Amino acid sequence: MNQLSTFIKKEFLHVFRDRRTLLIMFGLPVVQILLFGYAMTSEVKNARIMISDQAQDVQTRQIIAKLKTSAYFIVSEGHMGAAEMEDEFKRGDLKCAVIFPSGFGNDLFHTGKAQLQLIADGSDPNTAKTIINYITAIVGDYQQQIAPGAGLPYRIAPETRMLYNEEGNGSLNFIPGVMALILMIVCTALTSVSIVKEKELGTMEVLLASPFKPVMVLISKAVPYLVLSLANFTLIILLAVFVLDVEIKGSIALLFLESTLYIVTCLSLGLLISNITSSQQTALLLSMMGMMIPTLIFTGFMFPLENMPLVFQIISHAVPARWYFIIIKTVMLKGLGFQYVWKETLILASMTGALLGIALKNFKTRLQ
Amino acid sequence: MNVLRFILEKEFRQIFRDKTILAMMFALPTIQLIVLPLAMNFDVNHVNLAIVDHDHSTYSQKLISKIGSSGYFRIVSVDESFKEALFRIEKEEADLVLEVPPGFERNLVREGVQKIGVSVDAINGTKAAIGGSYLNAIIRDFSADIDLNQTAVLSKIPATGNIDITFSNWFNPRAESRYYLVPGILVILLTMIGGFMAALNIVKEKETGTIEQINVTPIKKWEFILGKLIPFWVIGMVVFTVGLLVCRIVYGISPAGNIGLMYGFAAIYLVALLGFGLLISTYSDNQIQAMFVAFFFMMIFMLMSGLFTSVESMPAWARTMSNLTPVTHFIRVVRMIVLKGSGFSDVQMEFLYIILFAVFLNGWAILNYKKTS
Repeated sequence: MNQLSTFIKKEFLHVFRDRRTLLIMFGLPVVQILLFGYAMTSEVKNARIMISDQAQDVQTRQIIAKLKTSAYFIVSEGHMGAAEMEDEFKRGDLKCAVIFPSGFGNDLFHTGKAQLQLIADGSDPNTAKTIINYITAIVGDYQQQIAPGAGLPYRIAPETRMLYNEEGNGSLNFIPGVMALILMIVCTALTSVSIVKEKELGTMEVLLASPFKPVMVLISKAVPYLVLSLANFTLIILLAVFVLDVEIKGSIALLFLESTLYIVTCLSLGLLISNITSSQQTALLLSMMGMMIPTLIFTGFMFPLENMPLVFQIISHAVPARWYFIIIKTVMLKGLGFQYVWKETLILASMTGALLGIALKNFKTRLQ
Repeated sequence: MNVLRFILEKEFRQIFRDKTILAMMFALPTIQLIVLPLAMNFDVNHVNLAIVDHDHSTYSQKLISKIGSSGYFRIVSVDESFKEALFRIEKEEADLVLEVPPGFERNLVREGVQKIGVSVDAINGTKAAIGGSYLNAIIRDFSADIDLNQTAVLSKIPATGNIDITFSNWFNPRAESRYYLVPGILVILLTMIGGFMAALNIVKEKETGTIEQINVTPIKKWEFILGKLIPFWVIGMVVFTVGLLVCRIVYGISPAGNIGLMYGFAAIYLVALLGFGLLISTYSDNQIQAMFVAFFFMMIFMLMSGLFTSVESMPAWARTMSNLTPVTHFIRVVRMIVLKGSGFSDVQMEFLYIILFAVFLNGWAILNYKKTS
């Protein structure tokens, strides 16, 4: 035991000596949370739209005034032919053109039907869709205004309730994802590299030749990263609660236990990677490039899993982050207990067992 | 020039010696480029809906079948109580609950107005928001349908004020997100490969101590940096070409604009990116550090570049930050050229930006690389 603690101490010294990596390790979640929380938004704001008003009557003026007061758009007016408009789109910042044909107001009142044409920059289909929806809603509003009697005789009014998130705090969407991602990256990459580094520099031979059991070498490698990851986890939770006003609804103890399990899963993955690679570069590339994007994609936190092709849905079952993501959402944000996540916990635990088993079995205690 | 040739020979030999890394440099981006756009689907069309029907009337049945046939929703259950439906949300089986109150049909016919309950799992933000708005649209449509059926009797709708909105999406008529995503992902993958490899390179020499051997030779700073840069630049251009071929073959996306223009931009972009990698590399002491610092910035670049969310919608400080990252400009240019066929005059500002980045980052890297330790 004494030996083990000496080795763990050695590993801690290694970790703490590299201040910059340590800084990044804790800087990553801070920056991610701030960017996700304050910079990234799926809403569309400040979109540049161009209005071509060929009618110039009261009605078009009124609609244009409505569009102008909306925070979504930056409105400019002008007359443009198709070729000019295409040039404008190609230059890049114009998102949508709104065209009122001549005689708009006249048509509206005399034939009861007027045409409004929207041309959106489809190269960014999401923004295009959102802008079209916004404009449609604004125009619909205007219709209600000018002819309140035209309101439908039957109206079903949906009353929407936001479950678990009454204030509509957008942070709830990404916090679990960020947690899964950061822990995955920090644990897997750092563990794998720290072992491969010893191999590469040749110090592994010294360790293996010592009377210290090889398994203990692995354990002492894993302990510092386990501790650091838990610290990182705590930091994320604190940021979420105090900076982003996320309310933790479930049991904190359960949250910690589940996270520890997930961290151990990631550590085992790191051990496995370190076994199959022989240089730090390979290990880093595998654990960073190979792990980051799949974790981002297959947890379902940016893109709904149900939309993916079936093969990917099946693959996503093999991604540990996916299960952790569900656990965190259920426990932290919905406030539900262990009975709701025992299945996910079991899956995560068996994954850990399997990974750890393979890693230990493949761990070479002899030199070629 | 002779010295440079020797350094280049050494670098290329080192790169080709490690077959694993070489394979990964090409395989990882190719596989990811093929796989990721299939997975990254913003279009929500499988929202799981649990329905609680307290009314069991003709109208509520009609509404349910209308929702079911819309194609956006998968009705997972029709439950007797809200509690049962809520349980389905808790178990993640359902994303939305639609609750039809008792007396729905009666109230609607008598009073003309009736509320209906929609509960969304608001943690699942995108799905909840989009699913909710789809559902609202269907309900609105349904109300209008009832109208149409009744207009003959009521005929009280004045004919005024019907504005017909027609819309079209230029450059991407079917508004498919892959046209938007694939070029962006290509840029990110190229950036990751180029950035990471360059960041690791000089550090590796530092860590293994071989850099001191180079430092005592009469090799000049710029020769050394150039010797490190050129091999990765060549690899980057090859990866870019492979990526464009993947776009063409797998997704049928071929640039609408001038390919030469795109290669021109990619060439300068790679210089800027590799300069950035080398800069990190000159500041770091070991490979983990370099990788982590590189990763840190890659993460920021990726989130801020407009790959996932549009840059215009960000707050002002974030937009400034986004403009200060080279990736943003490359993604913008690739999208413009590939999708819209923009010409040089449309992207000249971006060229200016990227040239400034290239000069600045490489200049800094060369200044910071010291031959004495």
